[in-house]
Amino acid sequence: MKQIYLDHAATTAVDREVMQAMTPYFTERFGNASSLHTLGRDANQALTRAREEVADAIGANTEEIIFTSGGTESDNLALRGVLREHKGHIITSSIEHPAILKTCQYLERIGCDVTYLPVDADGLVDPGDVESAITRETRLISVMHANNEIGTIQPVNEIGAIAADHEIPFHTDAVQSFGKTELDVRKMNIDMLSLSSHKIYGPKGVGALYVREGLKINPLMYGGSHEMSIRAGTENIPGIVGFAKAASLACERFKSDTAHLMKLRDMLINGMFDSIDDVFLNGHQAKRLPNNANLRFMFVEGEAMLIHLDLKGIAASTGSACSSASLDPSHVLLALGIPPEDIHGSIRFTLGRENTEKEIKYVLEVFPTIIEKLRAISPLTRR
Amino acid sequence: MEYSEKVMDHFLNPRNVGDIPDPDGTGEFGNPVCGDVTQVHIKVKDDKITDIKFKTFGCGAAIATGSMITELAVGKTLDEALAITRDDVADALGGLPPVKLHCSNLAADALYAAIQDYQAKNKDV
Repeated sequence: MKQIYLDHAATTAVDREVMQAMTPYFTERFGNASSLHTLGRDANQALTRAREEVADAIGANTEEIIFTSGGTESDNLALRGVLREHKGHIITSSIEHPAILKTCQYLERIGCDVTYLPVDADGLVDPGDVESAITRETRLISVMHANNEIGTIQPVNEIGAIAADHEIPFHTDAVQSFGKTELDVRKMNIDMLSLSSHKIYGPKGVGALYVREGLKINPLMYGGSHEMSIRAGTENIPGIVGFAKAASLACERFKSDTAHLMKLRDMLINGMFDSIDDVFLNGHQAKRLPNNANLRFMFVEGEAMLIHLDLKGIAASTGSACSSASLDPSHVLLALGIPPEDIHGSIRFTLGRENTEKEIKYVLEVFPTIIEKLRAISPLTRR
Repeated sequence: MEYSEKVMDHFLNPRNVGDIPDPDGTGEFGNPVCGDVTQVHIKVKDDKITDIKFKTFGCGAAIATGSMITELAVGKTLDEALAITRDDVADALGGLPPVKLHCSNLAADALYAAIQDYQAKNKDV
């Protein structure tokens, strides 16, 4: 059965053009970018071009891009790189990705203070809360651009302006928003920004951290003087070339991609509301990633829905814990104030470039039957 | 996470789903906050479970255990039914993923609750 893949927030397939761009760098163009011979210089040129492409995609300068192994490393490097004296205060939100939240918890253990800002029922951080949380000890503000579960887009412009007023560095995790929303680090007053390749049809295992010129951060990894001496280790040239190609394709296709995604997303959301009762949208209706439809179905549980969908050839994801190793309900949905018993009925569809209207129609055809079946056996269904 | 064939069968084709209009005993176990609730209705005649129906809100494993308990309990005396353990249910299903053994294996407890409900109502008989 052909899979209908609606889990693009988890990962994406590598684009054919990206694959083509990468292939030579595994074999005939395999040089180490630090070597002085022809092969090394060729690799170094590829690295420079890739850095330019990624910098262009976010309005940064070339030397402000540090390639990493992905979003998690970029987030770790941003936070741990700035909080290098193991003291000071960080402001973040309560709905960040674990790469930020777990790093903050680590920093608390070694002596830092962290403020986890609440969000409203749509998942939005209030920039006023950011400003009031600032203390004399605040060393960093880190608020994600768009949430990975619910797709809510934060007011990063406002938060960036507040951070700039107080001369506090502002970091944002843009792993989910890159390629799906406008991104310009200068206009948005962003000092550090995390990117990942495999969410934008690039290979896994590569990402970047943008660090504004003049902002000093400490490395996590010591060794050679790669990546402006901030990230030691021989550069993953094929991965970096693929990431850069994916980034430039994302810019090229930005208008058509986002229009396509929004159309399918709205078709899916509206179709669900038309055919199923007791359904709610998780996250903000308008300030939302163009490819995210996170829906909550009352009286049923997420994993049961996922298995039924999987048997119909549809791949989605859940905000419910039951499908993962952890049994706790989603910290994001809890932060929105949704009762835990309702959180279990949440399911996340994240669309991609290759999805079609026909696929969404098929989902809308089979999904109401799945809900009907599960509600018929649920003791919580209106008695 | 992989479910056994038996779990998948009972999840997709649950046996004895529903309510009994005039049950002799009703039990419910679980907590919607944790994501799993199983409800069991029984009919009892001559100390034997003559009919049993279940409903479950929960994951695949929770639904499958609800279905399985109805098959294990029907026709049993109350004492025999009370002796059915969570492990018996999991074993009859060909095993459950470790993470599900505690959170989603609620059916035996729902059955005990239904039997206790019956016994409480029939103390003087």
